[in-house]
Amino acid sequence: MNDVRQLWIYLSATPLLHLTLTLIAFQIGTAVHVRLNGSPLANPVLIAVILIVSVLLATGTDYGAYFEGAQFVHFLLGPATVALAIPLFRQLEAVRRSKLAVIASLLCGSVMAAASAVAIAWAMGAGRDTLIALAPKSVTAPVAMAITRELGGLPSLTAALVILTGITGAMLGPVLLNLLGIKDWEARGLAMGTASHGIGTARALQVNEVAGAFSGLAMGLNALATAIWLPLVWKLIAN
Amino acid sequence: MLFWLTALLSLQLAGEFAVTALQLPVPGPVVGMALLFLFLWRRKYVPDGLTQVGSGLLSHLSLLFVPAGVGIMAHFDVLSREWGVLAIALVISTLLSIATTANVMVAIKRRLKLS
Repeated sequence: MNDVRQLWIYLSATPLLHLTLTLIAFQIGTAVHVRLNGSPLANPVLIAVILIVSVLLATGTDYGAYFEGAQFVHFLLGPATVALAIPLFRQLEAVRRSKLAVIASLLCGSVMAAASAVAIAWAMGAGRDTLIALAPKSVTAPVAMAITRELGGLPSLTAALVILTGITGAMLGPVLLNLLGIKDWEARGLAMGTASHGIGTARALQVNEVAGAFSGLAMGLNALATAIWLPLVWKLIAN
Repeated sequence: MLFWLTALLSLQLAGEFAVTALQLPVPGPVVGMALLFLFLWRRKYVPDGLTQVGSGLLSHLSLLFVPAGVGIMAHFDVLSREWGVLAIALVISTLLSIATTANVMVAIKRRLKLS
């Protein structure tokens, strides 16, 4: 028994344990996703997160200790984002052809994401901190946190809402787009990337390369657009 | 392959520098994405090694969001305080944004006779 305890103490201090936990949980999430015929509702990220959080709570491990190991996976988000230029370049002709439609629909989706979230929360009596944290939630995490900081809100709450928005969009987005009868892969990808950033893009990329390319483009453009218009409009309304 | 992995990291690093130096309102990796896009545009094709590294990273893009997703546990207390409002605002606004973006895109493409 003492040996097991010693081993546990040793393993808890190396990245191996939590890195492996992350990979195993994601494999289970992917297996469930495949088993359910690739249904977007069985989102592998959500399944993995629920499994890992359960294990961490059961073993009394805090997020900081987990992240020591998981940061190696997290780190790859940077180069993977850079690599999104590859599918985008492959769709260069399509992007060039649709550029007007891309810009117009992206701006509409960008404003809708922030305005409707703030309006609904305001109508339900949410406080100022909640409203600020909600406003940039469709934008990729680093930019969303910077916007919240600029508006005097809580960046860490925004980070959590950004992830939840991404998972929500990746799960419900494809179902909604099917209900609306939208078959154009460019429009489907653009919508996923605008509303649910990288997590929506990951889902789009899995299904169709055109959708993935437009989703990655929308993620980048919406970060840029929201970072510019949201603080301006917010200060106008707040005054 | 190692060369192109180095290239991706270098472009991300260049992006981080550009963001800090020029006070850009986007994250470093997104600027890195723009730089790689410009590079490919000039080169006019995707080198094999880059295709390999890129598809290796992008085929498991979802996995890379898991550690950040687990970070939600650090905010359980804040989230639980107003969870009803947050859940409703989040789900409805995300659906509205997806529907708006896709419908506007389809409508404009139809008007411009692109589809």
